[in-house]
Amino acid sequence: MADASNVDAFVEFERVQKSYDGENLVVKDLNLSLPKGEFLTMLGPSGSGKTTCLMMLAGFETATHGDIRLDGVSINNIPPHKRGIGMVFQNYALFPHMTIAENLSFPLEVRKMGKSQREEKVKRALDMVEMGAFGGRRPSQLSGGQQQRIALARALVFEPELVLMDEPLGALDKQLREKMQFEITHLAHRLGITVVYVTHDQTEALTMSDRVAVFDDGRIQQIAPPDQLYESPENSFVAQFIGENNTLEGVVKEINGDVALVQLDDGELIDCKPVNVSKPGERTRVSIRPERVEYNKDRLQEGAHTLKAEVLEFIYMGDIFRTRLRVAGNDEFVIKTRNAPDVERLQPGQQIEIGWLPEDCRALDA
Amino acid sequence: MTDTTASGGPVLAADGTPLKKSLARALRLQKIRALGLIAPLLIFVLVSFIIPIGSMLTRSVNNDIVADTLPLTVEALQTWDADSGELPDEAVYAAFVSDMVTAIEAKQHTRLGTRLNYEQTGMSSLFRKSGRKIKKLDPTTDGPFKETLIGINKSWGDVETWRVLKTHSVRVTNGYFLNAIDMQRTPEGAQAQPEDKQILITLFQRTLVMSMVITVSCIILGYPVAWILANLPARTANMLMILVLLPFWTSLLVRTSAWKVMLQQQGVINEVLVWIGLVADDARLVMINNQFGTIVAMTHILLPFMILPMYSVMQTIQPTYLRAAKSMGATNWTAFWRVYFPLSVPGIGAGSILVFILAIGYYITPEIVGGTKGVFISNRIAYHISSSLNWGLAAALGTILLAVVLILYWAYDKIVGIDNVKLG
Repeated sequence: MADASNVDAFVEFERVQKSYDGENLVVKDLNLSLPKGEFLTMLGPSGSGKTTCLMMLAGFETATHGDIRLDGVSINNIPPHKRGIGMVFQNYALFPHMTIAENLSFPLEVRKMGKSQREEKVKRALDMVEMGAFGGRRPSQLSGGQQQRIALARALVFEPELVLMDEPLGALDKQLREKMQFEITHLAHRLGITVVYVTHDQTEALTMSDRVAVFDDGRIQQIAPPDQLYESPENSFVAQFIGENNTLEGVVKEINGDVALVQLDDGELIDCKPVNVSKPGERTRVSIRPERVEYNKDRLQEGAHTLKAEVLEFIYMGDIFRTRLRVAGNDEFVIKTRNAPDVERLQPGQQIEIGWLPEDCRALDA
Repeated sequence: MTDTTASGGPVLAADGTPLKKSLARALRLQKIRALGLIAPLLIFVLVSFIIPIGSMLTRSVNNDIVADTLPLTVEALQTWDADSGELPDEAVYAAFVSDMVTAIEAKQHTRLGTRLNYEQTGMSSLFRKSGRKIKKLDPTTDGPFKETLIGINKSWGDVETWRVLKTHSVRVTNGYFLNAIDMQRTPEGAQAQPEDKQILITLFQRTLVMSMVITVSCIILGYPVAWILANLPARTANMLMILVLLPFWTSLLVRTSAWKVMLQQQGVINEVLVWIGLVADDARLVMINNQFGTIVAMTHILLPFMILPMYSVMQTIQPTYLRAAKSMGATNWTAFWRVYFPLSVPGIGAGSILVFILAIGYYITPEIVGGTKGVFISNRIAYHISSSLNWGLAAALGTILLAVVLILYWAYDKIVGIDNVKLG
């Protein structure tokens, strides 16, 4: 639904930098633009600058340098309460001394809305998150999941066009979290609001977003739709951070268009897709997803390079098998196979040969 | 396990005893141990706190001294009509002499005189002087005594003397409480004290009003401090907390005396004001030995008791509440007033109760800086305990003070709710 090319940018970061102590940059040269209606997730380890970016957008932190624009207007000097941005906080921040209805009514009251109109909007917002019967309760009387819904309703009740969410599902258990992930995405798409969502949970990022911006070290490492991010990581950090990943280190021998020949450190040769390497002699880190590794010779391409591997451990995980191998001196090489009747269950100590399609094996920066 | 649950009888333990009994036995040892642990404190509190206070409270109504010292006289006075305007008959005088001779031997008569002197001035010297002469009389042979006594001191021929004696001969009296609210016990019932002796109601009112003023000043001065402490990084906050607690490390007397140095007419503040020309040399401000001085010094001394509970409550208020409020469109002021302030009320409540109750019973500071206009009811209690030795009145004043505090506490609970008080 988001197509950045033909819609004007709704939220824009231009060359934004942020420093707290005047010595270190927490956010280094951030450039980002997202169109109206997009669900963008900022993903990254803690300390990567993603929350700082969100707080700058909300107005609770000021950018040290650069420009943040909302709908074409620079908001650097607009105080938070005039930005009209909805926000869901990590701990929900529901006011404990007010009832649920009063909590929801608060943003409408400060907008000097009439009583009947307020009540109607509060009711509609509560119904939207299926909490219509809870208006008279206090936040402390609700479960974590219910509080989460109320926090969401409160951020939406004054109909902002942009909603920011700061790890809103962090405090919920796994099952509830998965349920809320879908509810939030559905709600956001139904209402057509733009969402900037911060999380350190990559599953959350992949399942919910239109696009994901991976943060590390104060920079966006890659910004792409989830499938691209997973299948075509542009550098080692993204490959490592998103999903499970096997890495092998080596030196580029030659590059022929779409295929690079890499000599691994133990001397073996493999075919890869050159991503971050340009010339022979460069060191590279080769990345292969566990589920793209093949050990059934019949399925391997004719003439493909194969590697010898020794099975170290076989883990039965129900829907899949996870097998740990020793490959080219790397003891942490993992392959995943679907639990199907025709799949061989490998035994520890077994010697096998593994291979993959050259385009699944990406030669990235060392 | 037994199946008695199904039959509806009491649940039984494995050995067949009722489960409740079995549980109680299991917990008994635990309870005894817990009791043993708190026993020293319990005994200490009982001996050093509850018993003395209890005995002090009983003094406020106890009036055994008249009936114990003059048993025959009190009995003989029963038949005398105090309103008749006539002197009691010879039997009363005879009984009085007999009682007095016994009392003089036991050296009790001067104590009785002191007691009656609270009610009527002159009684103390009357008993002391008459005692010397009555000592020489023989109750069995020297009668009749009416003329003799009037001869010894003509006060014994005054109806009023006997009326006072009869009025205060009861063993349980409301006299001290009446005195405590500027009234007196008379043969005609409770009556207002003469104007020039009415002081205690004023003192009670002053104590309450000034304690409230002190509490409010503490809230106004303490709230921003607590807010800053709660919002600073922990290291800095701890540093500043030491400054808040610093006054506790100095003697109360020293701090109060320091205010004397600051506020007096030749003091630091006045000198500075005169020096910069704000105040004329002959019109120096009077800031000490009055209510102003008391309020300033006590606000300073009690401020930490306000800041500490407010600080500990404010620490628990997450900063995201304010951010949430602002993100929803509230201005800084609205966010504070609608969100932060209501959440900090429990701290204000706890601090106010603490400061108010401490202030209402404060003694040293008003004594030193209060002068005559700034003293509290507790100074009066101390006066009656140590100077006038009218312990009954002191006890009655103390009891009233205690009752006032309890009533205010109850009212606070009704209005604000005591659950809303948090000390941390």
